[in-house]
Amino acid sequence: MSEGSSIFDMIGPVMIGPSSSHTAGVVRIGRVAVRLLGGIPEEATITFFNSFARTYEGHGSDRAIIAGLLDFKTDDKRIKESFEYAKQQGLKYRFRAVGNASTLHPNTVKLELRRGERSIEVVGESRGGGLINIASYNGFRANFSASLHTLIVMAQDTKGAIAFLADILAHDDCNIATLSVSRKAKNELACHCYEMDSGIRPITLEYMKSIPWIKEVIYIPDIDL
Amino acid sequence: MTIQFDSFQEWAQFCQKQACKLYEPVLRYEIELRNRTEEEIWAHMRKAYQVMCEAIETGLTEDMRSRSGMIDNGGKKVYNSPITVLSPEFQKLVARAVAAKEVNSCMGRIVAAPTAGASGIMPAVLHTLQEIHRLPEQVILESMLVAAGIALIIEKKAGIAGAVGGCQAETGTAAAMGAGAIVYALGGSTEQIFNAVGITIQCMLGLVCDPIAGLVEMPCVVRNASAAAIAYSSAQLSIAGMSGVVPVDECVMAMGEVGQSMESRYKETAQGGLATTPTGLAIAQKVLVQDIEILDDEEQQENQ
Repeated sequence: MSEGSSIFDMIGPVMIGPSSSHTAGVVRIGRVAVRLLGGIPEEATITFFNSFARTYEGHGSDRAIIAGLLDFKTDDKRIKESFEYAKQQGLKYRFRAVGNASTLHPNTVKLELRRGERSIEVVGESRGGGLINIASYNGFRANFSASLHTLIVMAQDTKGAIAFLADILAHDDCNIATLSVSRKAKNELACHCYEMDSGIRPITLEYMKSIPWIKEVIYIPDIDL
Repeated sequence: MTIQFDSFQEWAQFCQKQACKLYEPVLRYEIELRNRTEEEIWAHMRKAYQVMCEAIETGLTEDMRSRSGMIDNGGKKVYNSPITVLSPEFQKLVARAVAAKEVNSCMGRIVAAPTAGASGIMPAVLHTLQEIHRLPEQVILESMLVAAGIALIIEKKAGIAGAVGGCQAETGTAAAMGAGAIVYALGGSTEQIFNAVGITIQCMLGLVCDPIAGLVEMPCVVRNASAAAIAYSSAQLSIAGMSGVVPVDECVMAMGEVGQSMESRYKETAQGGLATTPTGLAIAQKVLVQDIEILDDEEQQENQ
C-alpha cells in the first residue's frame, strides 16, 4: 500500500469482535457501499469469496455486512443483532459463497445493491486490522481505502479531465494522496477515485456536478464518523 | 519532519539525532501524515486503554460462552484457580489475556491491537504492567504509541493479518508490541526495546493460523495467553542485556519471508493444522457454511 497506515489502525479500531478482517473491515466496506449507493439499500446480494466463503457465518461476517449496510459503526453493540434491525428497516438480503476466485484477494466481498431505481456493484477487500480496499465500483477499478477523504467522479473519458479536476481540488486546498482512474473503453465513461488529506467544500462538489461531462460525483469523508 | 516507519534502524537513528523519546516520531507521524491533533491522539490511546480494561473486566465477570461451545468462561476459571503454577501475577496475566480475548470471540467490544484475533494480548500486558509497577497513565499511553510504531513497521514489512502471514502476523505482532511497550515503560534503552521486539518475533516465528471451523476461538484464545507470556519473557531477557543476535529488522524480514511461503491452508482458511484434526473437522461440520459455489474458468475471468 502506498499510503502509510494510521496508528489508530494499529491500536484500534475499537470494534465488535470476533475478527477485524471479518467484522470491522466488513462493516466498513458496507458503510462505504451505503455512501456509494446514496443510502441504505432495499435489496442486497452479498457474495463472500475465498477465505470469506467458508467462514463468514462463524465469524459473524454475515451480521457484520448487514450492520455496515445499515450504516452501523464498527463499535456498535447492535452488530450482533443486525438481522433483526434489517427486518425492521426493510432491507432484504441474500448471501452467496464462492470458494475459488483465485484472482481476488483472500478476503473479498461483492455487494450488489438496489435502492429505488439505483443499483450498484461494489467489490471490497478486507486487509486485516479493519483496513479495507475498495477494489471496484460498478466494474471500474477503484482502489481506495476510505480512511482518508475520498472523491469519486464518473466523467466522460476526455483529454484534460484529470488536470481539470486536480486543479479544482488544489483550489480547495486539497492535497491528493492517491489517484486511480480507469475506463471501460475509449471515449466512454471513466471513474476517477481521489483520496485526499482534507475535505472538500460543498460548493465545490456542486460545481463539479454542474459540469456537463461529469456524470456523477460522490464524496466520502472519513468513513468512521 | 518525521519518518515513515520503514525500519527500526531508521526509527532509532532518528530519535538519536533529534534527541527525542521513542514515542515522539510516532506522534509526529500521525499528526503530519494523518492530519490529527496531538490531543486527538492522546484521547484515542486513553480510550483504547479504557476499552481494553473494560474488556478484561467483562470477560472476568460476564458469561462468556460462544455459539460453537469452544469458548466457555476460560478467563474466569484461570483467574479463580486455587492452584497457582508460577506466581499470582503470571496467573492474572494469562487469565486477563484469555478474558479479553473471550469477549472478542463472543462479539463483544474490544480494541484491535493490531487485530481482533490478537485483542487479548495488549490489554493483559498493559494492565498487568501498570498493576505490578504502579506506572502513571502517561507512561502507559507513551508505551502504546511505541507499540503502534512497532506495528506500523511490521505491517509494512511482513503483514499483520492472519490471512496474509499466519498467526505469527497477528499474535506475533501483538506480542512484539507488548514486549516493546514493557521495556519502554520500565525505562529500557532503545536498543533493549527493539531487541525485545526482535526476540519476541523469533519466539513467535512460523506460527500458523489454523482456527477451528475458521472461528476466532481456538486456538486463538490460548495463543493470546502464551503471546502475553512471551512478551514478558522477551522483555525480561532483553532488559537484562541478553541479545537476540539477529537485529530486529532482519527478524521482521524473516517473518515476512515465512509468511509469504506459508501455504494458504495455514492462513486463516481453516484448511490445515488444528482445523483439520478429527475434532476440528467435527466442530466445523456443525458450524461451517457447507453450501459453496465453485467457479469455472470463464467466470474466473469475469472476476478479474
